[in-house]
Amino acid sequence: MTTTLVYDGTFEGLLTAVFEVYEHKLQFVKLVKGELHNTALFDSLMQIITDESRYGRVLKGLQKKLSASGMQRLYVAHLSGIDDADAAVLGYIRYVFDAEQNIEEDYGNRYVMRVSELVKMMRREKHRMEAFVRFQKLQDGLFYSVIEPDFNVLPMLIRHFKNRYADQKWMIYDLKRKYGIYYDLHQVEYMEMDFTEGQGAGNVINSFTDDEDGYQHLWKNYFKSVNIASRKNTKLHIRHIPKRYWKHLTEKI
Amino acid sequence: MNLERITEKLNILADAAKYDVSCASSGSKRKNENKGLGNASNGICHSYTEDGRCVSLLKILLTNHCIFDCAYCVSRKSNDIKRAAFTVQEVVDLTINFYRRNYIEGLFLSSGIFKDADTTMERLVQVAKKLRTEHKFNGYIHLKSIPGASDELMREAGLYADRLSVNLEMPTEEGLKLLAPDKDRKDMIQPMGFLRNEIIHRAEEKKLFKKAPMFAPAGQSTQVIVGATAIEDDRAILYSANHFYKTFKLKRVYYSGYVPVLADNRLPALNTAVPMVRENRLYQADWLMRFYGFKVNEIVNNDQRHLDLDIDPKLSWALRNMHVFPVDINKADLQMILRVPGIGMLSAQKIVSTRKFNKLNWEHIKKLGVAVNRAQYFITCNSNSFERRDLTGTRIKQFILAESQSKYLKNKPDQLSLF
Repeated sequence: MTTTLVYDGTFEGLLTAVFEVYEHKLQFVKLVKGELHNTALFDSLMQIITDESRYGRVLKGLQKKLSASGMQRLYVAHLSGIDDADAAVLGYIRYVFDAEQNIEEDYGNRYVMRVSELVKMMRREKHRMEAFVRFQKLQDGLFYSVIEPDFNVLPMLIRHFKNRYADQKWMIYDLKRKYGIYYDLHQVEYMEMDFTEGQGAGNVINSFTDDEDGYQHLWKNYFKSVNIASRKNTKLHIRHIPKRYWKHLTEKI
Repeated sequence: MNLERITEKLNILADAAKYDVSCASSGSKRKNENKGLGNASNGICHSYTEDGRCVSLLKILLTNHCIFDCAYCVSRKSNDIKRAAFTVQEVVDLTINFYRRNYIEGLFLSSGIFKDADTTMERLVQVAKKLRTEHKFNGYIHLKSIPGASDELMREAGLYADRLSVNLEMPTEEGLKLLAPDKDRKDMIQPMGFLRNEIIHRAEEKKLFKKAPMFAPAGQSTQVIVGATAIEDDRAILYSANHFYKTFKLKRVYYSGYVPVLADNRLPALNTAVPMVRENRLYQADWLMRFYGFKVNEIVNNDQRHLDLDIDPKLSWALRNMHVFPVDINKADLQMILRVPGIGMLSAQKIVSTRKFNKLNWEHIKKLGVAVNRAQYFITCNSNSFERRDLTGTRIKQFILAESQSKYLKNKPDQLSLF
């Protein structure tokens, strides 16, 4: 019989769920994010309450058998939010606990392989966002950017942009997931805003610094000037910059 | 900022710099430790031109005024074009403002030689110095070394730049004599030698004293033009590249397919297509030399003076050396697995780490990212299905070509319809 575990969507919550799987010796489980509401839909259902003493034990157990990068990969796979990600992470963890040796490189195992694929997808988009963020300077000195990545990569971007832009205030906002990261010259904080309601986005454009338009214009011109028309290769161009990213790229607007 | 004037300069001086192929921005390790602006290590391509090349650096000339008259160059003295020159401050402002908006990883600054080598080089160094010292800029800086510039200036350049490069322009001395009679190959090689010694010396120093300044941490590179003359075959080009890798410890040699920009009876006619496939094959061959353990004479030699255009150089080598195949995926060492067509660096490494757990069969190998449609003719694994040991090289080539057409050949109709 399949047991459905409902957890809060955090990585800690997921690890707490893993604890319960072992505690209750559950064979077949399904992981669902969110709140418990419709009990009638499921045969067997369990609400997971994230608990440090529980996920802490799972974490410790994993740390004994995995490298630091192995742990990181599980977190990133979970962060992807892709349908089967949690099932892959759970399968991976079970394999880790079952095996005598370190299994991180056993790509013949379907869970190890799937986690590896998820991590690859996440890393690719993280890397793309490091490239495709376009800051616009506002009058109060804030450098502001909007992105719409396929996956939830914002948490993975913090380190890169904090190390790079240490002397300017900046903010990167994920329009799809309606939250952003903000650096105030000291630390990075998460923040929530909803631009779809009210005047938010309009106000931002009105408050550009004087030369913002000028530099955007220069960048667009530069982009045109470096193209070599006799080597035109549209397919390759689109493979590198998929069209869905264009609306936030200064040079492609 | 006088937007109109700067825009015009940027258009002219970016347009003139676009034939420089290098846009690499990795290989350095400059950290932002001073709460300044930027860092350099990752190598991020921030955009891509419509021809598919990456844009990672603000690549411009300081000026396109030039005292030389090289046949292949748009900025040549005798060419009737608009001229422009940036001031040092203008380049600094553009770099900083583009960088802050995350358009670029840094600056690639080259220049026409407007007076003499030292005056030009000195101005390039000033830009880099200003960025580093006045603006605490830690982003990537690539400076073009001007042939004939003095050692003192080269030394200073190395203190501020991440990478330095001298363009060889033509792969051979004869080619250079033909197309750039005013230029002397010795002037290009001399600074390479100086920089090589300085880089080695400074790296030793850095090992002893952590505080010792960085010196061109991303090393040197160079560029050669391909297809501007008929006297230079792929063998000449790759032997020359190999020589510069070995003797001068270059990080990269770039191959630039000649884009006809001028009518000159020494050059291919203006409507000649850019040799894009050839350029691509040269990069593949270069890759095999640098990362896959191939010796230059395994790729080109007296019997094989040109790279095949219809198949890549690794497949070409494999077909000429059928006696070393098939390779047993479960036993062969990494170096040998790397030589199998259809297996790249990543999948080769995955094969070696995964086979510790299981004997690999076709299903495993496919999952690891191997192009089995190519590799199947050259490997055996823990399975008896599709063994292809009895085929000749010619047959294998036919099978592979029938199944997968080169993406470049596929593109061809589009390219031709432009003219």
